[in-house]
Amino acid sequence: MAKWRWVAGLMLLAASSGAFALDEETAFKLSSGDNDDRIQVLNSVVQQQDVKALPFLQSLVDDQVKVSADHAFVMKGDDAFDPVSGDKVTLPPDADDAVNSNRLRLELASAIGELKLLSPDRATRLEAAKALQDADLDPALLGLIQTAEAKEDDRDIKQILSRVRANIQLASPDKATRLAAVESLGSSANPNVRELLATRLAAGGETDPEIRAALTKAIASIDSSMALYQFAGRLFTGISLGSILLLAAMGLAITYGLMGVINMAHGELMMVGAYATFVVQNVFRSHFPGAFDWYPIAAIPVAFLVTGLVGAVIERSVIQFLYGRSLETLLATWGISLILMQLVRTIFGAQNVEVENPSWMSGGIEIAPNLSLPHNRILIILFSIAVVGLVAWILSRTRLGLFVRAVTQNRKMASCVGVPTARIDTLAFALGSGIAGLAGVALSQIGNVGPDLGQHYIVDSFMVVVLGGVGQLAGTVLASLGLGILGKTLESMIGPVLAEIAVLVFIVIFIQRRPQGLFALKGRSAES
Amino acid sequence: MLYRPPPTSLLQRLYSPRGWAGFAAALAVVVLIVPLLNLVVPVDSSFHMSDYAVVLTGKILCYAILALAMDLVWGYTGVLSLGHGIFFALGGYAFGMYLMREIGHDGSYHADLPDFMVFLDWKAFPWFWAFTGNIAYAIALAVVAPSVLAFVFGFFAFRSRIKGVYFSIITQALTVAFMLLFFRNETGFGGNNGFTDFKRIMGVPIATAEMRIVLFVLTGLTLLGFLLIGRFIVTSKFGRVLMAIRDAESRIMFSGYNPLSYKLAIWTYSAAMCGLAGALYVPQVGIINPSEMSPANSIEIAIWTAVGGRGTLLGPIVGAALVNGAKSWFTQAFPEYWLYCLGALFVLATLFLPQGVVGLFQRLRSRS
Repeated sequence: MAKWRWVAGLMLLAASSGAFALDEETAFKLSSGDNDDRIQVLNSVVQQQDVKALPFLQSLVDDQVKVSADHAFVMKGDDAFDPVSGDKVTLPPDADDAVNSNRLRLELASAIGELKLLSPDRATRLEAAKALQDADLDPALLGLIQTAEAKEDDRDIKQILSRVRANIQLASPDKATRLAAVESLGSSANPNVRELLATRLAAGGETDPEIRAALTKAIASIDSSMALYQFAGRLFTGISLGSILLLAAMGLAITYGLMGVINMAHGELMMVGAYATFVVQNVFRSHFPGAFDWYPIAAIPVAFLVTGLVGAVIERSVIQFLYGRSLETLLATWGISLILMQLVRTIFGAQNVEVENPSWMSGGIEIAPNLSLPHNRILIILFSIAVVGLVAWILSRTRLGLFVRAVTQNRKMASCVGVPTARIDTLAFALGSGIAGLAGVALSQIGNVGPDLGQHYIVDSFMVVVLGGVGQLAGTVLASLGLGILGKTLESMIGPVLAEIAVLVFIVIFIQRRPQGLFALKGRSAES
Repeated sequence: MLYRPPPTSLLQRLYSPRGWAGFAAALAVVVLIVPLLNLVVPVDSSFHMSDYAVVLTGKILCYAILALAMDLVWGYTGVLSLGHGIFFALGGYAFGMYLMREIGHDGSYHADLPDFMVFLDWKAFPWFWAFTGNIAYAIALAVVAPSVLAFVFGFFAFRSRIKGVYFSIITQALTVAFMLLFFRNETGFGGNNGFTDFKRIMGVPIATAEMRIVLFVLTGLTLLGFLLIGRFIVTSKFGRVLMAIRDAESRIMFSGYNPLSYKLAIWTYSAAMCGLAGALYVPQVGIINPSEMSPANSIEIAIWTAVGGRGTLLGPIVGAALVNGAKSWFTQAFPEYWLYCLGALFVLATLFLPQGVVGLFQRLRSRS
């Protein structure tokens, strides 16, 4: 069967490219004469599936064709070309513009769309197929679509075409054709197809009981696959939200989880990272416009260093005096967050600034009509995995990580064996802040960048750290993904506000059930 | 040193004679001097107190009640709440419901229901608006609603021994949740815009000099009353247990006390104070909306207390007056610098003023 189809496709291919090539006479007839005659010629070109006529038809639509008494010419600027051979020719003095009526223009446009289905270029075919999918359906196109479908070897386009074909067949007078069409449509997950089937099922549509049953079954099958994709989509947005929470909470896992410092300015450090990205973007735009697409890559180290530096300054100037007094730290860092926000307002203005996605981050992967995964979300998930890996590596494999853990477990002992505890505090806080900067880079790619960007994340990210268990990276990862998915799932059921409240209640109850497990603190913050 | 001879009477226990003299002076200012300066002294006299000054002072007195409430839980019990703004706003909304009903048919739609309900096409008051036309009920609600919320939340939080910063962060999360809830139109409290355009209280127009003074005097008396009760609490055995919880919670548990009931009692009382402060605040400023519940507002209460002096009852009142006085001056003179100033206050007060302004004075006095 497959082989037979392949042979048929080959034959059709041979037919369309060989026997029905555009000739001079057809070109002339297409461009001059009576409207009805011209449309008739046009239809026959479409019927013959003459792909080679496409450029000429396009020139006609673009008003780039002149006609003499017996010849058509394609104009490119002031030069005339032969429509068939493409050779440059001299334009006879009597040649005049080919005039197209509106009706003819419409016919030309649809003919071009149909012929594009047979174009050798995949993107052109896909575009044509999608256009057909959205257009009103013309039974006359059935033959052409079937040819194109048989010829098509791209999965996506073939799927679209078979759906369009089935749509046309749904209206066919032949019962077997209709039944086959209904069955083939049932495998779709497209809400438009569902709607189409539902209209057939409604009063004035299908009357045959067997087909009606098939329709009901097909709709149920579409519903279930749509629900599946919807679930997958919700899972994806949940994971995406979780990855953002994870990025926001990762820095806190160090400053709060390991060092026991309540840093209410953590969100503002993320904001500083986002603004650093904005500045890098502007530098690239004005100095290296050619490499603009790569500015986020450059922004990553810049944001890390800038926020790390800000963090180090905060630690040296304020926090080092407040170790062991966590409530005071909370208030002082809140004050710092106010200062940072106002500083950004003074420098960049109170309005949101515009951070543009590079081209490789926009767009997405369309898995189903109701499920498409945006590139930037996917990249952020990958980015957060990389950041977790980086943090885990630093803490478990580097000297700094070793010292941080040593100071966390027993400050006095670490100091006795020669660990410079004060410097380790500064470095660890700078590291946590730098990771907040990395989160800022990610946030700048998916949302608004404004002075109060950090405010939205601070409560949530503390929740993640508290829920995940202090000082445990794995707990932080699990808690952020869990909260992300739970939050998004609840959101789809009861709306965002009630979902937020429900998550809060959930956390309070969870803490009720496992107070020791979650709050089993080790090290410096055990007493606070 | 631990043993002190029991005071012979309650009066002696609360304040020394000099303390009582100061209290009487404050009472006189609230009940006599401010009303006289505002109502009797002619407008062109330099001693006249403008309406604006009366409203501003009244507002600050409400904030002082808040700071006092914060001090009882934070300064004396060591529980830092970042959610006192909710209790304050809940009290405000409760009394706001009464004020909305008092508008009667004078709203823009001249309807039976408040304008925002007409706008939402509601046909009747939601159930929780029942009886709010009664002023006594509304005031009771302003106290009871925050207390119930505080009791339930506090019970679960304190029972699972959520302490220190965890408790603070969870109260902040609660604040965010409530703010979002009240921003919704469907919640039934006017959404974004909240309640405003109040007309009268008990049939008396609200925008008159007399009503302003009445509200001011009521606020001042409430604050002074709370100050006395606070003094009563912190000088009692109950108050000593609170301070012991603050200083060494594990030790007080080993001594056979259960901190849960102590914490819960002071926490609920503190919320009730905030509710009443809110009920007094709303008619004076003429508006209540969900931004009162923003986390920033709640955390600001802590800084009033910290600036004035934690663990003293006078401190939070002084702190609320200082910070809010500075705020209203700054936001008029240099609006863009206020947040720098407030931020610096947070940092400097925690770094250099562990006992606040009042503590600083006490230290200077004991040194000299």
